[in-house]
Amino acid sequence: MGLLFHIGRYFSFMASALRRPQKGRVFFQATLVELEAIGVQSVGIVALLSLFMGAVIAIQTAHQVSGWIPAYTIGFTVRQTMILEFAPTIIPVILSGKVGSNIASQIGTMQVTEQIDALEVMGVRSVAHLVLPKLLAALLIFPFLVVIAMVLGIGAGAWVCNAADLSSFADYKYGIQIDFRSFDVVYALIKTCVFALIITSVSAYQGYHTAGGAREVGRSSTKAVVYSVVIVMVANLVITQLLLT
Amino acid sequence: MIRVEGVCKSFGDKQVLNDIGAVFEAGMVNFIIGRSGSGKSVLTKCIVGLLEADSGSVTYDGEEFTAMSTKEREVVRRQIGMLFQGGALFDSMTVLENVEFPLRMFGEMDAEERRERAMACLKRVELEGAEHRFPAEVSGGMQKRVALARAIVGRPKYLFCDEPNSGLDPQTAIVIDNLIRDLTQEYGTTTVVISHDMNSVIEIGDNIHFIHEGRVAWNGDRKSILDSQVKELDTFVYASDLMRDIRTKLQGR
Repeated sequence: MGLLFHIGRYFSFMASALRRPQKGRVFFQATLVELEAIGVQSVGIVALLSLFMGAVIAIQTAHQVSGWIPAYTIGFTVRQTMILEFAPTIIPVILSGKVGSNIASQIGTMQVTEQIDALEVMGVRSVAHLVLPKLLAALLIFPFLVVIAMVLGIGAGAWVCNAADLSSFADYKYGIQIDFRSFDVVYALIKTCVFALIITSVSAYQGYHTAGGAREVGRSSTKAVVYSVVIVMVANLVITQLLLT
Repeated sequence: MIRVEGVCKSFGDKQVLNDIGAVFEAGMVNFIIGRSGSGKSVLTKCIVGLLEADSGSVTYDGEEFTAMSTKEREVVRRQIGMLFQGGALFDSMTVLENVEFPLRMFGEMDAEERRERAMACLKRVELEGAEHRFPAEVSGGMQKRVALARAIVGRPKYLFCDEPNSGLDPQTAIVIDNLIRDLTQEYGTTTVVISHDMNSVIEIGDNIHFIHEGRVAWNGDRKSILDSQVKELDTFVYASDLMRDIRTKLQGR
């Protein structure tokens, strides 16, 4: 019953969030602020993780295949891992920790300090006012972050292959070109958009329904990350099944 | 004018409001007083629609608010200014942006006019010079005054003030009381003040509702409150030594 209650309340919350903004200019400015908070401020962590992951995948693959499988497999494996799974799934999971907890604690604090009541009393549709800019910003910026992750991860793989003499650059380049299907990138970006919506909306939902004080804000923030990650994993399975089989 | 009729509200088994009826007149400072936990804040939240009453009606100038759709309520709410007990300032905005916010959302003014109006309100609450600071950078009392400036910037038809003087020094409290009274008279606002502060009640209270155990136990003006015959109100009003001294002196005259 509890789960059904939350599912119903979540969809009702989303219906409120997707209502037309009351003031276009305020909405546009809020979206720009969110693009900066969700996107620009996440570039560093995304870049760092992607560089290391790309390099590590290259080394691990080289370790597994050395001597009996063609060297271009390293480039192929790094490309497939980065495009299919690391960039579109693991990066959003990591962002759910950064962005999701931030959204939940921000909205949760507004709830417990009556800032949301203040919006409502003024006649502002608080859910749409607070959540829609975040949803739109995440939907716009997550694909860019994921593409950055793909490029940097594959690039880091190339660099480490050359620096550690794991394979020649020509082999690596051949590996990242062989059997390339552009639909894999489309699949990755579709996943990314779905995960962006899940992370933002679940976190906002948790924050908005915070009741109590500082302890409950912390709890909402934790719940936001845990539930987002679980739902992202389930969605990942469903989308993969639908699009790749 | 705001009319409340037969409002009941329960949370689980606990009945907080029990058939409340009250009239808050326009151009008057209407007070809701009572002990902590008596239901004052719940009543206010039911009046502005932050809580739904279990039964009863709330009417704003003849229009039944409780029967309105969400969209119709939004229109009424744009005429409401509310000062929350904790200020409820938007902490990501500066003091000036907080005060300008209602005008940005619903006003038709350009940026210069908005700024002028917001600065005028900040001046009225004696907060010139603090406009570029964030709420976290000003004291609790100043936050309260910023919140009052935000509540009045749209020249509301209905003004709600939840504990406007808590956390303020006596001098500032008087400034705020006078401001509430002046605004009410200037614009004919229907002002509802929730307070424990007997000083304010006696200073500016035109129409006072005493809530006890979820009911309006007494209603009258500031002159009659000092010699009411309601035991609970008497205990509430004369809870402090100062008030008891005043009563003794008044009775001695």
